[in-house]
Amino acid sequence: MTTTRDIHVPEFLAGDEFSIPTYRVLTQEGTLYEGAEAPDLDRELARRIYQAMITTRVLDERMMAAQRQGRLSFYMQCTGEEAAVIGATAALDDADMIMAQYREQGALVYRGFSIDEFMNQLFGNELDYGKGRQMPIHYGSRKLHYMTISSPLATQIPQATGYAYGQKLAGDGHCTVTFFGEGAASEGDFHAALNMAAVHEVPVIFFCRNNGYAISTPAIEQFAADGVAPRAFGYRMHVIRVDGNDILAVYRATQEARRIAVEHNKPVLIEAMTYRLAAHSSSDDPSGYRSRKEEEAWREKDPILRMRRWMDDQGWWDDEEEKALQESLRREVLETMKRAEKRPPPPLDSLVTDVYADVTPALQHQLDALKAHIRRYPDAYPRGARSLDPGLSQGDDAASDKGGA
Amino acid sequence: MPTMNMLQAINNALDIAMAEDEKVLCFGEDVGGFGGVFRATSHLQEKYGRARCFNTPLVEQGIVGFANGLAAQGSVPVAEIQFADYIFPAFDQIVNETAKFRYRSGDLFNVGGLTIRAPYGGGISGGHYHSQSPEAYFAHTPGLKVVVPRNPYEAKGLLLAAIRDPDPVLFFEPKRLYRASTGEVPEEDYQLPIGEAEVTKEGSDVTLVGWGAQMEVIERAVELAEKEGISCEVIDLRSILPWDEDSVAESVLKTGRLVVTHEAPRTGGFAGEIAAAIQDRCFLYLESPIMRVTGLDTPFPLTLEKEYLPDHLKIFEAIRASVNY
Repeated sequence: MTTTRDIHVPEFLAGDEFSIPTYRVLTQEGTLYEGAEAPDLDRELARRIYQAMITTRVLDERMMAAQRQGRLSFYMQCTGEEAAVIGATAALDDADMIMAQYREQGALVYRGFSIDEFMNQLFGNELDYGKGRQMPIHYGSRKLHYMTISSPLATQIPQATGYAYGQKLAGDGHCTVTFFGEGAASEGDFHAALNMAAVHEVPVIFFCRNNGYAISTPAIEQFAADGVAPRAFGYRMHVIRVDGNDILAVYRATQEARRIAVEHNKPVLIEAMTYRLAAHSSSDDPSGYRSRKEEEAWREKDPILRMRRWMDDQGWWDDEEEKALQESLRREVLETMKRAEKRPPPPLDSLVTDVYADVTPALQHQLDALKAHIRRYPDAYPRGARSLDPGLSQGDDAASDKGGA
Repeated sequence: MPTMNMLQAINNALDIAMAEDEKVLCFGEDVGGFGGVFRATSHLQEKYGRARCFNTPLVEQGIVGFANGLAAQGSVPVAEIQFADYIFPAFDQIVNETAKFRYRSGDLFNVGGLTIRAPYGGGISGGHYHSQSPEAYFAHTPGLKVVVPRNPYEAKGLLLAAIRDPDPVLFFEPKRLYRASTGEVPEEDYQLPIGEAEVTKEGSDVTLVGWGAQMEVIERAVELAEKEGISCEVIDLRSILPWDEDSVAESVLKTGRLVVTHEAPRTGGFAGEIAAAIQDRCFLYLESPIMRVTGLDTPFPLTLEKEYLPDHLKIFEAIRASVNY
């Protein structure tokens, strides 16, 4: 439907009449902006959020270091975006669905994915829920309502619309939040997702992490518009832009978005302004496309530091706790990593399972032929051979031939 | 003659094409100032300006649709899709538009200037979204040409041919070899023919056919086979659409045996097409069934990548089986 008034001289609109403000609650010093109100966040929840942010940061630091040592083929950090991801997750019901892009491990940390569970995926061992089939950081957890990550960008966005439509029909009061970057928002899938969500009145929250870069491409080369937020108008959708490094603003905005989504079956777009402090991935070197000075300026806006100052003021956290947590996390990450990298790879049969619900006769035949081949050359396929005969080699082959991707 | 790796050879080809013809444009995700995530387009923006070498928004269907339009207008776009695994949002533009532009308009319009470059293939611990070999999907589409180089020399000559070809070309680059494969590459401009296979080694007992990264794997298998006294003839198809049926048939008429290999899954893979055509041409000369050494009919794995890949040992076993049939 189109509603319009008549005009009789050609007047064009450039869209500049829409100006989107940024919602901020917490200053970088950890105090509230004048006129801003802290959300309803008690000590226990604030600590849960803060600890998840620290855990994510430590996990990322340690695992990137492990990647640099050649222990891991690939890694991606959430660094700088912890408040955006964890603040949004904390504002949801823990049973709401999360369909993330790939940089949202903080959401899993918040929901209780254990360090061991992270490690098993990162090392693709026999305990990895994804059975060692995907690159590191492609986590998934059914029990934590976190859809397994897929590398192709933006594919999860229209899927979130569909998932949430199903939730609406099921009537269980849940919604779906989908995370994506400002780069992924250029994909056709983004536009399809928002339009369908608005047309079908779907309880879905589109959470855009506008972190400034799609690998090397700065946001200024990604869109000519004022960010991603104005697109919501085109679909007649609620929208808010929020300071993504402001934990209180992200939490409060997402809480309200969830209310709109679940109570009114209206989709909401949230654009969180933040910065990817780390490289895109372990395969990337940002020094080729952005300055140290720019990075430093954002380091000063570190979302963890900002929350920490606020926590101090509340008397909910102190240096000793910080030190103890950091140390115990570092120890846990290192110990858990050692265990995970020693676990055997998934069994050879996992090559052909889950392609279909049941292994087809043709695939069984291919697997049998492969097994016969590996028996002929066990030394050439240490993992396969180990799986065929678990007693054959206890060698630590898991870390032997990882290249960089 | 300078030594180059495959990326340098590709970069050099793009440089030559852009210097020669100002209608040649290079674009894609991260292609501009950064020079692409693999650096295939390094320094092209500095040299030719932002109007001719630039970053696009992150939208593959947009990149190829835009490129189709540019080509229709008479420009010569060289569009990069960052990984072949990410080409599928552009599938509609490629299959329904690129491939049919000339045919549907009765040659009023065409997008013959278009080249789409995309790194493909496994062996880099990339899991299923950084390892796929999607060439067979496109080989099933009349109107496209599908080219896959095996080394730096071939990459430069074939890419220059692709850019200047009167038809749209998909140019799949074996990313495992981007830096691993080095060789002598002439500095000057040269082209290699699209649609003509190259016999890279002559032999008499069995013919091996492949393309791209798989040629290096074939070479290793052939070393093993020759040690056992099996004489192998090796053919690099260079392009699978069109593919050089005559050269393969001629070889198989001589050897009586054929092993075809690709990384992509077996079912619907291009080896099936080759096997069908060659049995049709060489039926009475065949000493053994045509063999295929391919990926499994599964998505590309990660941890068990080594087990999955059609490596030199699997090819060697197929050669033996073919000879001892």
